[in-house]
Amino acid sequence: MRIRPAGAHALLLDCSDADADADADADADAATFDANVDDTADTEHGDAGRAAATVVADRVEAWRAELWRRREQGDLDAVEIVPAASTVLLDGLSDPAHTAALLNDWAPTPISTGTASTGTTNTGTTNTGTISTGAVEVPVIYDGVDLATVAGHWKVDVTAVVRRLTATEFRVAFCGFAPGFAYLIGLAAGLGVPRLSTPRPRVPAGSVGLAGPYAGIYPTASPGGWLLVGRTDLPLFDVHADPPARLAPGTRVRLVAA
Amino acid sequence: MTGIPPADRVGAADTPGRSAEAARGEEPGMVEEPGMVEVVRAGALTTVQDLGRPGWAHLGVPRSGALDPSALRLANRLVGNPETAAGLEITLTGCGLRFRGATTVAVTGADVPVRVNDRPGDVGRPLAVPAGAVLRVGPPRTGLRSWLAVAGGFAVEPVLGSRATDTLSGLGPPLLRDGDRLPVGVPAGPPAPVDATATVPTPAEVRLALRLGPRADWFTPLALELLLGTAYTLTPLSNRIGVRLSGAPLPRAVVGELPSEGLVLGAVQVPADGQPLVFLADHPTTGGYPVVGVVVDVTPLAQARPGTTVRFHGSQR
Repeated sequence: MRIRPAGAHALLLDCSDADADADADADADAATFDANVDDTADTEHGDAGRAAATVVADRVEAWRAELWRRREQGDLDAVEIVPAASTVLLDGLSDPAHTAALLNDWAPTPISTGTASTGTTNTGTTNTGTISTGAVEVPVIYDGVDLATVAGHWKVDVTAVVRRLTATEFRVAFCGFAPGFAYLIGLAAGLGVPRLSTPRPRVPAGSVGLAGPYAGIYPTASPGGWLLVGRTDLPLFDVHADPPARLAPGTRVRLVAA
Repeated sequence: MTGIPPADRVGAADTPGRSAEAARGEEPGMVEEPGMVEVVRAGALTTVQDLGRPGWAHLGVPRSGALDPSALRLANRLVGNPETAAGLEITLTGCGLRFRGATTVAVTGADVPVRVNDRPGDVGRPLAVPAGAVLRVGPPRTGLRSWLAVAGGFAVEPVLGSRATDTLSGLGPPLLRDGDRLPVGVPAGPPAPVDATATVPTPAEVRLALRLGPRADWFTPLALELLLGTAYTLTPLSNRIGVRLSGAPLPRAVVGELPSEGLVLGAVQVPADGQPLVFLADHPTTGGYPVVGVVVDVTPLAQARPGTTVRFHGSQR
């Protein structure tokens, strides 16, 4: 973990940098993240070949949960704690230097790296915005226009694409792009797909897509370049709900067949 | 996925908090409500703004809010509002409003002509508005944006704790249109004493203090010299999301893609073309181009027109 300056009121925790700890092997994977994003390898890898992005995402998730917990306890005065692909942003700090000193003394509990059988990673914490049991089940109609393209990248048929997606337990790594748009991590290494070279001018709300190591669901209609595999009617963002986003960071998600 | 999105992102279809729309369902002129303002002329870009909706960035919700919060705060104090009350942010072409009941308003920000019916008014002073009078804010002589507060504040429905219009995500009330009617709240109390300069002269050149990071190490030493040592020009591709600059392109030391990461107000992001942009209130919550540095105070950019020279300098540590 490395702390990067981000202006007068913010710090960026960079979880991709090499730590002198047991994660050293994983960091070697992290260095190849860019190459893996568009990797279209035709085999699924075992745990040793877990997507490098997932290894970093696990570290980001551990820090996110720790920092939300610390803020809840009153140890941290950040207005925003924003996880992303390999970083956690702390914004609205009254004294970033003081916070940086605190961070050096804090260590998050590493999260479990398995899938469904390992259960929730946030047991015992409060108000982390995650569910304590089970995963959010998103009912998906798998009829996306890019299913065949994804099948081509994965060198399998469309049925196998749907089988893999429904069998995967995803987790919300972070949100961005639009309110309630969640970047879902959990696909095996080698299953990353490229984005369209020219984004579609309008992707309908509820569209389920893939890009790089991520799956995602468009909460509202917008332009977008992800490969579309299906659609859902589940409302993903409602300003009158608490929390307004159905898929907040840390939430476990299953894209079940509707 | 990164940078300033195309204009068709602005103003999503299902925008909540459309109180003006709801009000439009009434017969015009049939109901004499003192707490109502009619938009006689919306102008090119007039939005409801308060101090924004911080605290939701982890869900992808931008902070939004007035581009110059201190100017909105002052306008609110001048009419006796709490500083958090919602006002209007008026851009370049001005606007016109008819007030049903007698009230007090204040305009701050750019140097603009202000009239209440035929009577000229001053920027930065409370103005008495008789019942039925029309307030007209003209195009600025210098600068770009004004903030208007009315006693009681604009009482549109809050969304996630804020009445701000977010032009990136579409949250908050829609952009003002001719004929809109906006509800006004109950005046809170007497005006506060004036304790700040009402208008700031708009210099031909904007100087911005910059703190390097978080990704300054993704750029060559030459890039940092160019960024801090040469002039950039503000381009017309600038809005509430951010201002795009043109000038010496900033060469990268690290090639390849940056995984998306959280963005702060004032972040100077450098897309693939090497031309920096500075993020303002409606900036996206995450972005995938490296941020070379963060501007300490972006409020001068709220008044910077296209063509303005922008210079960055290292901040005092």
